[in-house]
Amino acid sequence: MRDVAIIGVKNTKFGELWGRSLRDIVVEAGAGALEDADVGGREIDSLYVGNMSGGRFIDQEHIGALIADYSGLSKNLHVPATRVEAACASGGLALRQAIMAVASGYNDIVIAAGAEKMTDVGSEEASSALAAAADREWEGMTGATFPGLYAMIARLHMHRYGTTSEQLAEVAVKNHKNGSLNPIAQYKNRITVKDVLNSIMVADPLHIFDCSPITDGASAVVLAPADIAHKYTDTPIYIRATAQASDTIALHDRRDITTLDATVMAAKRAYSMAKLRPEDIDLAEVHDCFTIAEICAIEDLGFAEKGKGGIVTANGETAIGSRIPVNTSGGLKACGHPVGATGIKQAVEIVTQLRGEAGQRQVEGAEYGMTHNVGGSGATAVVHIFSRER
Amino acid sequence: MASVPRFWRGIGSRYNLEGTRCNECGEYFYPPRNFCVNCRRVGHIEPYKFKGTGEIISYTVIHTAAEGFEDQTPYILAIIELDEGPRLTSQVIGNPEKIHIGMRVRSVFRKLGEDGEGGMIYYGTKFVPENE
Repeated sequence: MRDVAIIGVKNTKFGELWGRSLRDIVVEAGAGALEDADVGGREIDSLYVGNMSGGRFIDQEHIGALIADYSGLSKNLHVPATRVEAACASGGLALRQAIMAVASGYNDIVIAAGAEKMTDVGSEEASSALAAAADREWEGMTGATFPGLYAMIARLHMHRYGTTSEQLAEVAVKNHKNGSLNPIAQYKNRITVKDVLNSIMVADPLHIFDCSPITDGASAVVLAPADIAHKYTDTPIYIRATAQASDTIALHDRRDITTLDATVMAAKRAYSMAKLRPEDIDLAEVHDCFTIAEICAIEDLGFAEKGKGGIVTANGETAIGSRIPVNTSGGLKACGHPVGATGIKQAVEIVTQLRGEAGQRQVEGAEYGMTHNVGGSGATAVVHIFSRER
Repeated sequence: MASVPRFWRGIGSRYNLEGTRCNECGEYFYPPRNFCVNCRRVGHIEPYKFKGTGEIISYTVIHTAAEGFEDQTPYILAIIELDEGPRLTSQVIGNPEKIHIGMRVRSVFRKLGEDGEGGMIYYGTKFVPENE
């Protein structure tokens, strides 16, 4: 197996991009990442695109071919393009496929992109498409929604560990503050705990400000074997671990409703592969589709003791400048959550941070960064670890 | 909402709370599985009709409804552990103020939803507090 590096990155603006199409935004992200890496089309060996639900959001399947075509990689170059789907973990998984392609030696220069165009349908239709990431026959059929499933995780976490609505709100407050420092973020407004608690109830105990938004956006990274990465950039960022794990599709079948075993297992595999421990990680982009998801994530990844995620957050330990900065980009909550793009956007943020190019969001002296991307209510988890030094 | 074939397929299980049990390890499954997650290929699966009693593991009160459930808000959605062991997601009919984790519930046969006006009506299992 070969070591792999990221040599170029690019996010589009995240938000309600009503004037733009999926192909527009992917081309912007892909071209931007290639420009960042100073790589030309002829050098590209393959392309992986994370996309959750093109069929439902824009009535378009065959996304891999579409993206390759509009990136100018099809007609003369015939670059192989593969769409990767794992609900909201599609982007993280596309990155993992790309890493494996380079690590195995099959490919040298590979693009991993992620994209979703969610605002071409109304919010009810979008919610229905998202609900397809759960068990449609045995959860969706009963009137379950995604906020509803995470609300049941939150309810039990509160019951068992004493986590409060205020502690959940602190996740959103922090992530909006971080998002206010991120030029691509969907929401740049700062909010308070009171704002969250006063916002409308979606699924008790989750308010609308506990939920990530409906977002359009695309992200791309360019990968190369570590041995030749310096040919393209002075600041390659190295992949130290890629890990993935599965769990039951339905929340009710989990061993423990408040623990995402797929995250625990993916993290265990990633730490082992990188020969690192949670305390070695300098910052993490975790899957905060709902505020409770970030609380569970920091526990399941080993940044907080089980049950203490709320307290750790309220104490400010996950803020920029503190013990373990989490979601410096603004997370899914404030940066936005174009489902297929999220896993790649997380990698773009970590690479930007490890290069020391994150501006006001910069985590000083960051050496090791982690991304954590979840599909559905936890049936898929993908964890990556990145480092500044090889 | 659910498509007609998807609903029809699950009708036996939905109407009668029918699942399966593995004779090899004794674990019960609802919804039914034809493969035991513990024993896998050496498992022996047979049908089993659940008693329909259990307790609430966690719950939420849904205010923003799923598509097709708009006229039911606010509704209680819960994860229920049946006395035989398996857990399922279901609506609970009752006062949202009185619902709590650990509450005993029993299954009832109710309308679940419909495919728009004049469309197919779906029936299945919901739960009520045990002593009601």
